[in-house]
Amino acid sequence: MARKSHVQTTINGETVEFLCEPRQSLLEVLRDELHLTGAKEGCNNGNCGACSVILDGRLVNSCLVLGVETEGKSVETIEGLAAPDKLHPIQDAFLENAALQCGICTPGFIMSAKALLDQNPNPTEHEVRYWLAGNLCRCTGYDKIVRAVLDAAAAD
Amino acid sequence: MPTVAIPSLLRNLTSGEESITVPGTTIREVIDNLEDRYPGLKARLCEGDRIKPGIAIYVNGLLTRGSILERVDAEAEIHFLPAIGGGRSAPR
Amino acid sequence: MLENKDYKVIGTRPIRHDGVDKVTGRALYGADFHAAGLLHGRVLRSPHAHAKIIAIDTSRAEALPGVKAVVTAKDLPDAGDKVADLGEGAVNLKHLCDNILASDKVLYKGHAVAAVAATNPHVAEEACTLIDVEYEVLPPVLEVRQAMEPDAPLLHEHLRTTSLGETAAEPSNVASHIQHKLGDPEKGFAAADIIIEREFVTGTVHQGYIEPHNATAHYNADGQLTIWCSTQGAFTVREQVAEILQYPVSKIKVVPMEIGGGFGGKISVYIKPVAAMLAKKTGKPVKVLMNRAGVFEGTGPTPASFIRVKMGATKEGQLTAAQGYLAFEAGAYPGSPVGPGAMCIFAPYSIENVIIDGYDVVVNKPKTAPYRAPGAPNVAFGSETVLDEIAEKLGIDPLEIRLLNGAKAGDRRADGPVHPRIGFIETVEAAKAHPHYTAPNGKKHHGRGVASGYWFNIGLESSVTINVNSDGTINLIEGSTDIGGTRASIAMQAAEVLGIPAESVNPSVVDTNSVGYTAVTGGSRTTYATGYAAYEAAQDVKQQMIARAAKLWEVDEANVQFADGEFSSINGKEEQISFRDLCARLGETGGPVVGSGTVNPGGAGGAYATHVVDVAVDEETGKVDILRYTAVQDAGRAIHPSYVEGQIQGGAVQGIGWALNEEYIYNAEGEMTNASFLDYRMPTCLDLPMIDAVIVEVPNPGHPYGVRGVGEVPIVPPMAAIANAIYDAIGVRMRELPMSPDRVLKALGKI
Repeated sequence: MARKSHVQTTINGETVEFLCEPRQSLLEVLRDELHLTGAKEGCNNGNCGACSVILDGRLVNSCLVLGVETEGKSVETIEGLAAPDKLHPIQDAFLENAALQCGICTPGFIMSAKALLDQNPNPTEHEVRYWLAGNLCRCTGYDKIVRAVLDAAAAD
Repeated sequence: MPTVAIPSLLRNLTSGEESITVPGTTIREVIDNLEDRYPGLKARLCEGDRIKPGIAIYVNGLLTRGSILERVDAEAEIHFLPAIGGGRSAPR
Repeated sequence: MLENKDYKVIGTRPIRHDGVDKVTGRALYGADFHAAGLLHGRVLRSPHAHAKIIAIDTSRAEALPGVKAVVTAKDLPDAGDKVADLGEGAVNLKHLCDNILASDKVLYKGHAVAAVAATNPHVAEEACTLIDVEYEVLPPVLEVRQAMEPDAPLLHEHLRTTSLGETAAEPSNVASHIQHKLGDPEKGFAAADIIIEREFVTGTVHQGYIEPHNATAHYNADGQLTIWCSTQGAFTVREQVAEILQYPVSKIKVVPMEIGGGFGGKISVYIKPVAAMLAKKTGKPVKVLMNRAGVFEGTGPTPASFIRVKMGATKEGQLTAAQGYLAFEAGAYPGSPVGPGAMCIFAPYSIENVIIDGYDVVVNKPKTAPYRAPGAPNVAFGSETVLDEIAEKLGIDPLEIRLLNGAKAGDRRADGPVHPRIGFIETVEAAKAHPHYTAPNGKKHHGRGVASGYWFNIGLESSVTINVNSDGTINLIEGSTDIGGTRASIAMQAAEVLGIPAESVNPSVVDTNSVGYTAVTGGSRTTYATGYAAYEAAQDVKQQMIARAAKLWEVDEANVQFADGEFSSINGKEEQISFRDLCARLGETGGPVVGSGTVNPGGAGGAYATHVVDVAVDEETGKVDILRYTAVQDAGRAIHPSYVEGQIQGGAVQGIGWALNEEYIYNAEGEMTNASFLDYRMPTCLDLPMIDAVIVEVPNPGHPYGVRGVGEVPIVPPMAAIANAIYDAIGVRMRELPMSPDRVLKALGKI
């Protein structure tokens, strides 16, 4: 077993220190070391988007980033999105549009949608579909998800 | 008297009869009376005192619990069909 | 029994009760479970599709630092020739156990052979590579027609074909033959002016749930086994694990965590008994997670199939006879859904003369599992395209021919029973009246297709307990996995009975020690049957509350009535109290109120769907694009319309994937060559338009609110609808799934 490295990073605005093996992905670190289990493992090779987080403002699949790479960086996860007493508008829009069924892909979709709306507050339906194409949902057929993201954009 | 629809794969035992009227107030009585008339039928439907696990019983178009204790009325139409897999899982 | 009145809660769209947890990442799924001292388990899988296991040497793995236990089939109790009755038909216990960990033979690539528990998942993975398995490789049988050949290699030397209780003398890969016969098919075909007979092939397709299988198990010192997992049914996990490990159900507690999709694929157990075996051997909690390749290669997809359909009609379009030959790949062990396929193939139509033969055939692929209306999409691809061809040749509109022949209440199904009140005709009429169907459709290489589908739905056992709170709310305890919003649809039915808002119900899905037996979330049964149990439990609460009001007012119970959330006295005293206010007075009127309901209803009522699709076919690349999609479905009564629409949209899109892209691609050695989400191509949102879900409500007389199951039937029509649309676009009939670009180009004669 390789020796663990000490990493200091910022997660959801808080400074966090952790130890991780060089081979551990950011997803493993979030889930297994920090118990932030909102990011999900669906494929572990960057094809489903269930583990989407925002790293220094960029949307990434956390299964494709190593934990040690986050040294000195800033990570946003689903756990940091809502205020203590108020959901983020994207979260509200997902609930109001019934844009989830089993919910396993939901944190990833919400983080992807946030990354989209951060850079393009008024996307077209096609832009939403293009941007979210890296996130797989097997339950909804995407209809209500796309509507939720468009609603969240309109609400902002 | 209840009417039993004979599954096509059992019609060799009933000389080709597709539908048979037999007395009985429970599935058990109906099967016993069928057996009296067409020996061999019961062995195809039951294992001891129970319906074979692969067979489902419909009474008047409704899926029953599959028990020989199921009561049937005089107008009942009874079907024995292959049990549906598809995730059924029940204590018996 | 049908309650026909205006509803206050049913038909509204409240926020689902588990919604906030699921949009904030707080909801705990199986893989999110954590326990102190947790070990991590991984499974070693067979690299061969068909081989004898000569020897397994685990010593190098056991010597790796951090490894705490290794298990193989030798650690399973001897199955003998016991038959496990899991209610699915007789399940040979040896087959069940061998699919968990192979004993003498591996029967598909990905078949589990051994498992390791270690202090860290990477160590467990590394240890798997240190297990030495000596195989004698055998030729694989990879296709159903090949497996049915008399000289095909046998997967199981003792397997013999059974036909309704009769067993053949010679061993075979054909596990069973079923048949339905109605009327006189020969006479029916003789009376036909047109007869079309075609052959169809469908590929192996996976449910594609996003969450891989997972399980954490722990044995207490007193022998109590607890399993935390994602499953469609905690009680079926308990039963299967009890059978496989030969352990009493009373010593097993299954705790259902949130589930990340299932679609039928999370009913059979795979790693749950393995986690239990590792936990027993180590004395520690062990978490076993499957990876995506393991999910594709080691769990049940839905079968590939070969289907021959023959239908005859008069020149006016009246169907006179139909014949179906269905050969389904069961995978490594018997048990394909050929039975449901045979039930469903001609069920949308009233045909007097029908014969259907079905064969369940083992091949060297993973043991198949249910997938959304199992069997029905395969067969509808055949029957619905043959019907389209008949309509086209006779010059009849495809929806008209469905109206002409559509099954109604009182018509006899080919498998015997008579249809209750069903809503097939209503779905066709709604499709015909929809603006989609009348919109222009004339562009080059654009086409429109329609198809219909049937799924019978099931009832089965459900139990619900309701505890009344002093503030006028209720806690609703249920055993049905919530896979798509059923906490809400079940809670709403209890709320309707008690005249309280949906938000005043707190639903909980609990473990197997904490609620009455409840069958799986499957068969489109949950809102129907567990909703029915919630209705019964709420009725029980209502009766008890009437007794409390009577006590409060010192009147006879018969003189208390309940309507719109208010109890009132009749005959004399002018008293009134709301449900909420009466809840505050439970202590003084007799103590807590707990209601319960258990059901096993037989009247699930069939569900029908009719879909309309527009496609564009690129003749250069063979790619088919979905331009517009409308899915009409009879829901009986839509309790929460948003989640009914969601089921319709999701099912239609899974059908689109099955139609256009999805299949297991095998090489000659029987290795799946596309076991990842990159290469097993499921639809993304960029591949799709909005899906217009149209709900028709023809109440089911077998449920107090008229509910019919909605989850499964939407996956039945898409393949045929799209094939018919492709024909309309380019004049080529597609009879093999998926209709991927290479097959379209081949059909066009371009490659």
